[in-house]
Amino acid sequence: MSVNAESLMQPNQKNGLFSWLKTWLTTVDHKKIAVLYLFGGGLFFLIGGIEAMLIRLQLTAPENHFLTGSAYNQVLTMHGTTMIFFVAMPMIFAFMNAVVPLQIGARDVAFPFVNALGFWLFFLGGIILNLSWFLGGAPEAGWTAYAPLSTEYLGRGMDFYVLGLQVAGAGTLMGGINFLVTIINMRAPGMTFMRMPLFTWTAFVTSALILFAFPALTVGLFEIFFDRLFGGNFFNATNGGNSIIFEHIFWIFGHPEVYILILPSFGILSEVISTFSKKRLFGYHSMVFATILIGFLAFMVWVHHMFTVGLGPIANTIFALATMAIAVPTGIKIFNWIFTMWGGQIRFTTANLYAVSFIPTFVMGGVTGVMLAIPAADFQFQDSYFVVAHFHYVIVGGVILGLFAGLYYWWPKMFGRCLNETLGKINFWFFFIGFHVTFFPQHFLGLMGMPRRYFTYLPGEHLTTLNVVSSIGAIGMAIGVITLVVNIVYTFVKGEKAEGDAWGTGRTLEWSIPSPAPEYNFAQTPLVKGIDTYWKEKMDGNKKVTAAEPLGDVHMPSPSIMPFLMSISLTIVSFGFIFSDKGVHRTVSFAVAGIGIAMMLGCMLVRSIKDDSGFHIHKEEIIETEKGMSK
Amino acid sequence: MSKAENVETIPAHPETATLEGKNKFIGFWLFLGGETVLFGTLFATFLALRNKTNGGPAAHDLFSLSTVFAATVILLVSSLTSVFAVMAMRDRAVGKMQFWFLITVLLGIAFLVLEITEFKEYLHEHLGYSTSAFSSSFYTLVGTHGCHVLFGVLWISTITIQAFKKGITTVTAPKYYVASLYWHFIDVVWVFIFTVVYLLGIAGR
Ligand code: HEM
Ligand SMILES: [Cu+2]
Repeated sequence: MSVNAESLMQPNQKNGLFSWLKTWLTTVDHKKIAVLYLFGGGLFFLIGGIEAMLIRLQLTAPENHFLTGSAYNQVLTMHGTTMIFFVAMPMIFAFMNAVVPLQIGARDVAFPFVNALGFWLFFLGGIILNLSWFLGGAPEAGWTAYAPLSTEYLGRGMDFYVLGLQVAGAGTLMGGINFLVTIINMRAPGMTFMRMPLFTWTAFVTSALILFAFPALTVGLFEIFFDRLFGGNFFNATNGGNSIIFEHIFWIFGHPEVYILILPSFGILSEVISTFSKKRLFGYHSMVFATILIGFLAFMVWVHHMFTVGLGPIANTIFALATMAIAVPTGIKIFNWIFTMWGGQIRFTTANLYAVSFIPTFVMGGVTGVMLAIPAADFQFQDSYFVVAHFHYVIVGGVILGLFAGLYYWWPKMFGRCLNETLGKINFWFFFIGFHVTFFPQHFLGLMGMPRRYFTYLPGEHLTTLNVVSSIGAIGMAIGVITLVVNIVYTFVKGEKAEGDAWGTGRTLEWSIPSPAPEYNFAQTPLVKGIDTYWKEKMDGNKKVTAAEPLGDVHMPSPSIMPFLMSISLTIVSFGFIFSDKGVHRTVSFAVAGIGIAMMLGCMLVRSIKDDSGFHIHKEEIIETEKGMSK
Repeated sequence: MSKAENVETIPAHPETATLEGKNKFIGFWLFLGGETVLFGTLFATFLALRNKTNGGPAAHDLFSLSTVFAATVILLVSSLTSVFAVMAMRDRAVGKMQFWFLITVLLGIAFLVLEITEFKEYLHEHLGYSTSAFSSSFYTLVGTHGCHVLFGVLWISTITIQAFKKGITTVTAPKYYVASLYWHFIDVVWVFIFTVVYLLGIAGR
């Protein structure tokens, strides 16, 4: 990992592994936390990707015996859970951390300590979940974990699911609050809400959705947890419980969750497309409006996941209409991106290729979404591969393409080197074509009657050909991802040094400072004069953005090991509870959980007693650093 | 007690005088928004399951208004005393602030004692956690609130003790303020529990 360390010039990193480890375990710097989120999410992306390949391998031939029954269910469940909670979510937080403070002209987030805590909770949550593979088997109730399957019929794997997500979810919630406060309170002078770059806007709305959606998941998971471990009856119909409640709770969280994922990608697209069209974003105000409206409607549509439950025609109709209504603000966005490109000087960098290819791909996912939103039709589509095709078009063809656009776009800002464009284009074409070859046929598999989540099909059902095509596509995607890994390694070793304004046509504040950004971000807090303030300054012939304050000492928060220790404490609590099912050494395991809780409270007490006064970076030091950095 | 120089230097609303203070202030309000969803979900579950007694005791067999009413009064008064504490804080009267926080904590403990005796009695009347869907949802909702009270008691105690050393500054003021905000929130949740769980349980079947 020395490549990594080298590129992130850290003066106190000369004495080896220990201090390297210390830097990363104790950092509260949003730029470093962004890197942690990126590589943490990247690690889980590789794991989830391998799981996907195993699924495709099993489904390539009819009546295949490679991965069957419980084993298949475990791989399927872990694939979905990992990709949603431990890949897409951390990637979003990676970019929010890397970019939002820079875009609003801030020196850090509102709560740097909590920011680190959020990361470690996410990461250890993912570790908890994945340790299930070695400790008695992974969860196998699907990423949705419907009760009573998840409460009464399955083993310890489900406890890993519940507690892993609980720990990671707590981290996500903290992250959401942190970014809300950051954006409300830490904007530079002149950065009014209606001057904020679109990515910051989407980060804002996504954080609000996190705040109001995740606590519902917390409760849903707790109810499963209590049913499993303490004999609760929430979902136990024999004793008066009702498992439909879980479906409601899950989707009241779950639908906002899909918009939590897609909104930041919308934001990335808005940045990338306008930068590489050399034009300001078309319809900025309508973009902001559409973002807020989508965020609002996201809470009104959850029943479209439950049309076949039997809530009655009135409920189904209302939720069908609300679901279709989301297509309107989404359409506004699509047209605005197209009009932004219209008449622009378009440059097809890898970032822009990803961004532009997002548009038709996501539209296809939206179209199948509207089809699914028709309750009568959904009775046919429900639980078929058609649904699988739909959500992969919106999640991979939407969220992931957007995140890859962001990866290529902001990599120079995060690491000071540009990802290689040739490798980037190979990466893009394999991934993009591979994606469509994989998932386009799945629409037809679904319409032909192939159910989702089954581990096999029969030879005479005419499903074989399209399944083979789909698996071939998956190989294409895998080659794309491997090329990306190669590109990243290559860039760390040999990558070209990036300018501050790495693409030459940067419009927002993050491009006005060196790449990578110095520890204090802005030597002087910038004065914001309008939308795309850096572009404005450049057009006025200024090399630098106007400062809002004289050069002075900068106050920074001190690093701390506490976030890591707190997360370890909660991991101990989780393991206590995971191994307390069905009476096995209950006292021992509860004692372990108790120790974890005590450690957690102890950490909180220490944090409360010890005030962090932080430290100052002196003016002279800043002048020195600014001189030495690429501009 | 507190350092004398603080009295002159700190502003009228010390809890939001610095950027850190403002961040804490808004961040905590937002956190309470999340907590509202959390309790809202628990309430929704409870409302859906409150009549599913599975042959075990039902709400109207168990609840007695007198203890619950006492608990309600205790908690409402404790909210008031925490307001007094914050007012004292704004007057930079450390001792007075500590006194009112102490009363708040004691009332919180009294509430917990009442709640535990109440739960014990229900257990005695054969309402275990696994008895019915009603019992699980009841204990989970009210118990989650109880845990919040317990955490509040621990939290306010630790900062009240710390006030001996740290006094009232722009660093500590946001902590006192936010803790009292938390305490009000717990109180509001209890008002809903009182109505939805107890009054509705006794009166509305
Ligand atoms: C914006 C990004 C979107 C994402 C990330 C997304 C994600 C998902 C996911 C994951 C499912 C599968 C749930 C399951 O496990 O059964 C799903 C189903 C569904 N989606 Fe989307 N979706 C998006 C957009 C849309 C849009 C724009 C619409 C409609 C206008 C829509 C309508 C539906 C419907 C009706 C279902 C239920 C299908 C069924 O289970 O029968 N989605 N979506
Ligand atoms: Cu949905």
